[in-house]
Amino acid sequence: MAEVFHPNIPIYLQLIESVKRKIVSGELSPGQRLPSVRDLAQTYEVNPNTAQRALAELEREGLVYSERTAGRFITNDGGLIEMTRTELAKEQIENFITEMQRLGFTNEQLLQELEQKLKKEERQDERK
Amino acid sequence: MKENNVPSAVIKNLTKSYGGFTALRDVNLVLPKGKIIGLLGPNGSGKTTLIKILTGLITNYQGEVLVEGRPVGADTKALISYLPDRNYFADWMRARDAIFLFSDMYADFNGAKAFQMIDRLGLNANQKIKSMSKGMIDKFQLCLVMSREAHLYVLDEPLGGVDPAARDFILDTVLKNYSEDSSVIISTHLISDVERIFDTVIFLKQGEIMLCDEIDTLREKTQKSVDQLFREVFKC
Repeated sequence: MAEVFHPNIPIYLQLIESVKRKIVSGELSPGQRLPSVRDLAQTYEVNPNTAQRALAELEREGLVYSERTAGRFITNDGGLIEMTRTELAKEQIENFITEMQRLGFTNEQLLQELEQKLKKEERQDERK
Repeated sequence: MKENNVPSAVIKNLTKSYGGFTALRDVNLVLPKGKIIGLLGPNGSGKTTLIKILTGLITNYQGEVLVEGRPVGADTKALISYLPDRNYFADWMRARDAIFLFSDMYADFNGAKAFQMIDRLGLNANQKIKSMSKGMIDKFQLCLVMSREAHLYVLDEPLGGVDPAARDFILDTVLKNYSEDSSVIISTHLISDVERIFDTVIFLKQGEIMLCDEIDTLREKTQKSVDQLFREVFKC
């Protein structure tokens, strides 16, 4: 099943993001071989040149490395993966804060809401 | 892998008039290899005229048009796989007759591939083309066109009559079957359905090129989808 892309954001950027998420979440594990450009393009239903561009960028960032004939692999650099995780998390937090501020929440209110929600979830987990 | 870097097509100072009406005005384009190009424009903007010139169906025009470095003519026709915007099969033909016809006509046609494709589509090779629905015929024609190993695929409105699921199939088929040595030109109105597969888009307005750019560059510059951009540029 193809991922849904936002048509107004460059697709190669969204592709990069998607692969990063998979690396960070462990869906793609360190040292794992990536599918070929063509396969990747087909999985995501995008143009192979777009897939190529995304992979080249991931390679430039060091998250992916290529071996001449064997293909492309996920990095074994745990530190880099951890850094990427932090980066992605930071983006999410920033988005969350911006949205909450737009809704008129002050920082204290925002924290309160967050705490309440987390506590509620904990209680629900305990009940299970 | 690539033998040469000759672009799939080059168009220089192309002008085409029908009597007093100018359908294309001083069009200049280079279509590199290995790209999927969207040819977009409202009705009457010159898309089909441009396609017919590329495919050698219209020959009286001003300017220069090269396919694989050769002037458009009898020997470039063999390089182009063309999906016209209408059905051209004889009434008596069954799917397999059309496949055999293509095998006879085109040296680069892969009949086995065509049979596989129609099989995957759930089409019966023995069915009369006449008895197929419009969407089925569209899909069948696309199978024929994409079963050639051409240098340039020219698809004129391949999505018009088909349902969204079939559209996905068609796009998938295009993605699977074009190669780095060939290019695909797709003219369409249904931009939002296809914009994810384009490399480059060309906007035609009243016979002139309004815009020709890489699609992700456009998105970066404008923060808009091509569909949005199209609606703005061609606002009625």
